[in-house]
Amino acid sequence: MPIETWLTFLLGFMILGSIVALEIKDILSSIVAIGVVGLAVSLAFLFLQAPDLAVVQFLFEIFALIILVRAFIRKDFHVMERASSGRWIIGFTLIGLAAVFLLSLKVFRVLPPFGEPLMETSRYYLEHGAADTGAANIVAGIILDYRAYDTLGEVTVLLTAILGTLTVLRFRARDGKGGGR
Amino acid sequence: MTDKPAGMTLIIKTVCRLLVGLILLYGIYIILHGHLSPGGGFGGGVVLALGLLAVLLAYGREETLKWLRLGLLKDLEHASPLVFLLIGLAGTAWGGAFLANILSKGRLFALLSSGLILPLNVVIGLKVGLSLFLVVLAMAEFDLDKGAEE
Repeated sequence: MPIETWLTFLLGFMILGSIVALEIKDILSSIVAIGVVGLAVSLAFLFLQAPDLAVVQFLFEIFALIILVRAFIRKDFHVMERASSGRWIIGFTLIGLAAVFLLSLKVFRVLPPFGEPLMETSRYYLEHGAADTGAANIVAGIILDYRAYDTLGEVTVLLTAILGTLTVLRFRARDGKGGGR
Repeated sequence: MTDKPAGMTLIIKTVCRLLVGLILLYGIYIILHGHLSPGGGFGGGVVLALGLLAVLLAYGREETLKWLRLGLLKDLEHASPLVFLLIGLAGTAWGGAFLANILSKGRLFALLSSGLILPLNVVIGLKVGLSLFLVVLAMAEFDLDKGAEE
């Protein structure tokens, strides 16, 4: 089977999972459905021959699932209110999205075929990567040698995220300890 | 809730004790082989965080903090971006550009190859793993505080 068939199958699976996650009443089942979507993304990366991304996505998905389950397992969130007021807004949004999709069908025909590397940069990386960086894994060569400055930005993002989380959680914990609620 | 021992059952604790070393070893392997095989600092860091998280879930917060030194973890976590910056500045000093690859490239497919990519992978792995673990730890602390109050 060609790769596009698998990808379409996975995409349908993910859409189904998202709908289930949105519609189901039990919040734990909803979390499981979200996990299905994330693991399908990981499989899609694997089919697209990006094992680095697949590994990272798989692990992060498990991590996120553990955190979500840990956060929601003790509380009773079984009954959720249905949003009834925004129903016609959803309808209009769907109609609008369908209109945009139909109007952009012409653009899709102009797009390059699936999986064709046509950028000069990527070709240069593939041809000279091993000699330039000395890394057998071209992904590591790109993100830590050619684009190491971007990686520094990512590390900074992580640092900012954990500083913010620790600050917020520390304040809230202190509030809970001191002032009752 | 209060008179039960912290953490999960004996079976989970035993399995976790047997497995956590292997999980951490696997994370270190992925980080150190980041320039040779799929994975690298981000993936290996998450494996490290998941190993520590397994201990946290199985044994509870108090036991885990007896086993780990929290101050050391925090220092390592906050120092790793600084190390990244210092490596970059070393590239500026000796290589002529920020984050220039100044070490010898070595032989392709050897473990000690590709110059600065290996130390940068180690730094990123430490950063990612410890960040994720500390976030979960902070959330657990918050949860426990609230639980003790009720």
